[in-house]
Formats: sequence, C-alpha cells, structure tokens
Amino acid sequence: MTAVSSTNSTARRRRSFRPSPLLLTFVLVPFVVESIWVFWPAIQGVFFSFTRWDGLSAPAPVGFDNYVELAGDPVFRGALGNTVLWLLLFGGLSVIGGFGMALALQRERRGVGIYRAALFLPVVFSLVVTALVWRVFYQPDGLVDQVLTAVGLEHLIRPWLADPETAFYAVIIPSLWRQIGYIMVLYLAGLKAVDPAVHEAAKVDGANSWQRLWHVTVPQLKGVNAVILSVIVIDSLRSFDIVWSLTRGGPYHSSELLSTYMYSAAFQSLRLGYGSAIAVVIFLLALVVIIGYLVRAFREES
Amino acid sequence: MMSRLRTGGYHAAMTMVSLLWLGPIIWVVVLSTRTFDDIAANGVGSLPHSFTLDTYRQAWTDGGQLQALINSLLVTVPAVLLSLGLGAMGAFALSRYRIPGRRTILLLMLAGNLLPPQIVLIPVSKFSELTGLYDTLWALIAVQVGFGLGFYTFVLHGFMRDLPNEIQEAATIDGAGVGQIFTRVILPLTRPALAALGALSFTWIFNDLLWAITVVRTEATMPVTPALLGLQGQFVSSWSVIAAGTVIAAVPTVAVFLAFQRHFISGLAIGAVK
Repeated sequence: MTAVSSTNSTARRRRSFRPSPLLLTFVLVPFVVESIWVFWPAIQGVFFSFTRWDGLSAPAPVGFDNYVELAGDPVFRGALGNTVLWLLLFGGLSVIGGFGMALALQRERRGVGIYRAALFLPVVFSLVVTALVWRVFYQPDGLVDQVLTAVGLEHLIRPWLADPETAFYAVIIPSLWRQIGYIMVLYLAGLKAVDPAVHEAAKVDGANSWQRLWHVTVPQLKGVNAVILSVIVIDSLRSFDIVWSLTRGGPYHSSELLSTYMYSAAFQSLRLGYGSAIAVVIFLLALVVIIGYLVRAFREES
Repeated sequence: MMSRLRTGGYHAAMTMVSLLWLGPIIWVVVLSTRTFDDIAANGVGSLPHSFTLDTYRQAWTDGGQLQALINSLLVTVPAVLLSLGLGAMGAFALSRYRIPGRRTILLLMLAGNLLPPQIVLIPVSKFSELTGLYDTLWALIAVQVGFGLGFYTFVLHGFMRDLPNEIQEAATIDGAGVGQIFTRVILPLTRPALAALGALSFTWIFNDLLWAITVVRTEATMPVTPALLGLQGQFVSSWSVIAAGTVIAAVPTVAVFLAFQRHFISGLAIGAVK
C-alpha cells in the first residue's frame, strides 16, 4: 500500500517538477555564458564564411566563393595534407609511445614513480615553452648538430626549422615529447582497470605474455582507446601553438596546418571571410569525432 | 642472477628514456645561467663556461616577464574560480534535480567545448571589439570561462550524479533550501573533483596562446605565454635570456603540478576509465 502511494507520488512529482528560480539561475547562467562566447560565435563563424570581409567595412555576401577558392588554393591543399599527416604521425606515434611506456611502467616497483614523473613533466609546460626549449636545440651549433657531429653525421646538418624539407618533422618531435607522457597517463589509468583475474586465467592456460597482451589486455582497453582516439583527433585539428611558435607555418608553408593557415588568413591577411571558410572545414573534419564522443557520453548518461 | 640482470636492464633502459625526457629541460636551465660572451665564444651547444643569474634579471625586468606573469595570474586565477563555480552550479542543478531537457542542455554544453576554437576566433575577436573588451584581460577571462565551461560542467555532473541521494533527502527534511544543499552538502563532497579540475584548468588557461593572441594586442597586457614569443624577438640571439624567460614561464605550472600531483593525474584520467 505504502509502496504504491510512493511510486504514485514520484510519478506525479516527475511530471509536474517546476524548478525554482534559483535552480533555473544555476542552469541558465553557465548556459548563457557559453552561448555568448561559443554557440553564437560559432553560428556567426559559419555565416561569415559566406562573405568577403576585411574586418573594417561590413561583410559582403559572396555565396560559396570562399569555398570555391579554397578548392583551388594550393596552400590550403598543402595545409590539409599536412594536417592529415600530422594526425597520423603525431597521433600514431604518441599512441605507440604512450602505450609502450604505460606497459613498461604499469607495475609498481622501485623507481617507477620517478620514471613516470620524468615522462609526464613536459605535459605541464605550455607548447610555447616546449617550442623554445627545442628551438635552442635546433640552433646552428646547438645540441642536435653537436650530437650529429659527434657520431660523424655532420653532413646531415641543416637549418632544421628553416629548411622546407625538415621543418614539419622538426615541429612534430617536440609535440611528441610533450604528448607521449599525457597518453601514457591515460593508458596507465586504463590498465589499472584491467581485470587481473583474466590475466591469471590466461597464464594458467599457457598463453605467453605477448598473447596475453594482445588477447586479454588490449580488448579490455576499448573504452580508453575510444577516448584517446577522440582526444588525438581533436588535439591534432586544434594544434596551433607549437607550429606558430616554431615556424608560423613556414618556410614556404611547408609546416602549414589548417589551424595556422586559418589564423594567418584571418588576422594577418585580414581576409576574415576566407579564414572563416577554413575554420568551417576544420569544424566539419572535427564533427565526426565530436558526434562519436557525444554518442558515447550520451550512452553513459542514460 | 637472471632476474637481477633483467631488473638492471630495465632500470638502465628506463633511466635512458627519462634522461631523454629530462635532458632538454636540464639543458635549458643550464643554458639560462650562461653569460652572453660564453655563448658567443663557445656556441649554444657547448658545456657551460660561466655562471650568471643576470639573465633572469634581464628577462624579468627588461623583457617584461614580471608584468606578463602578473597578467597571466590576473587572468588564470579568476578564470579558474569562475569556470569551476559556474560549472559546479550548472552541474548541481542538472544532476540533482529533474530540470526539463537536462540531458540535452548538458550535451549541448559539452559539444560547445569540443568545437575547434578556430570556428569562433573571428567572431569572438569582433565581439570583444564591439563590447570594448578587446585588448583587456576581461576579454581573455570571459572567453576562457565560456569555452571551458562545457567540459567542467560535464565532468562535475558525472561526479555529482553519483553522490548518494540520502544525504540530500536528509538535508531537505532538515529544511535546507536548494542554495544550502548546494553550498553545504554537495559542494564539500565534490571537493576531490574540484581540486582535480582546478589543477588541470590552471595549467590549461595559464599555458594558452591562441586565445591570448586573438583578443589581446598590446604588449603590456600580454600574459606570459605570448610574451615569451615577444621576448624571443626582443633578445634575438641572447639565448641565455630566452632560456631564462622560458624557465620563468614554466615555473608556475610546474609548481601547481607538484603541489597537486595526485589530483592532477586523477583529473587527466577522469575521461580514460569511463
């Protein structure tokens, strides 16, 4: 009897719940702040991509002109290719490195704390700090050149950041240096959640350590892998600071990413409409991952 | 014997890797204490032949790092507090009460945080010009809070949702209102998550470059990250001064990391185990 009446009352409460003004404020204030600084600007950004605009006079609508121009712009195509290459190299190598280090450092033993801290330390640096640290390295007669001379490879020496052949890779190395520790921490958290009983069972059944890694550990990391994949794609498309600090996308656009090209088109060439169109392309590339991430988040909520 | 060899090999390999990671940092710290003449004579890559701390004075006063550091803290501290405060408010209402459409609101907010910032850069810079906030630290605080809120709200929501209902019911029976339940009951229980997010957001906001160069132009208003790029232009080949500036810019986040190490790591791992 009491049980019935209590379910009735919760059902009624659910239907007729009217949030108090205070609760509404709690929800609305953050939502409005985000609307002003994110949602509304994002809508405007899409709108601007259909205009020609120098930032001073009013934006003039030009339809799809900016997108048509993008399709024939070799710098844009180069930046798009570099962004994909960045995603593959930066993403792939940081996953391999991060996962490898997590495996090596997952068991608590003497010294592991220090090794983990060493790998993690660069994660707290800004990308500008990271860039400057490495810029010193790449200087003529800097450490890189000295090491190459010491091992007799001095013929390879070149102005690493100023040579279009090497600039892109010279930028990727510092970003990996900083990213691997981050991915390692994510995998360490994931490995902690792997059920040790299954491992034991597989060991008893005679599986070697490689088989156990591949058939027991890896399948249980599906959740972490999904998170890391989204993190990497979103981070890659956002990558800007490190490239901007080291090369500004140069020389001759050889290290140009979509994000740096967007910034220089908008704020240096003052082609705000064209810059917006590049931003929309970045947004569309990110959209797939964003939706995937949200679907996962949505599922967890329910 | 075999196992001792293996342990030795393991530690040797890991020490190598750690040195590879720490080496660049140590190198820059050492470089920052060398004199201009030493570097001019022996090159950037050589071992130190001199010791000075004057490089720090130059970066600190002549290079404007002091002002830049102050600017950074003036942005970072309020932005962290506001982000966490607003995020906690939203998360509390959305997780503890049946607000109509709450799931949609939450996911919309998270989606906003996942957007590539490029799509909002131009409108945000124009909007801050329009409101007179352009080139002030207010603009930077506002955009940092606005852009981060979705993530903080989402993470805190996940945390608050899992708190037991009984505590809240007991407080309601004792006559506590919504405001009191928030400040006296839920917020104190959320402290670990707040600490983790606080440490994380401090480094994110402090380390940012893109927003800063989008809404701030004048050197006197620049936070430390873009100022460091300016320092590089100002002291073109004074590598030791640039190195000193780099160390100065890195110290605050390293300090926060060391002070909140546990929280920091657990904060990063929040998303991973889900």
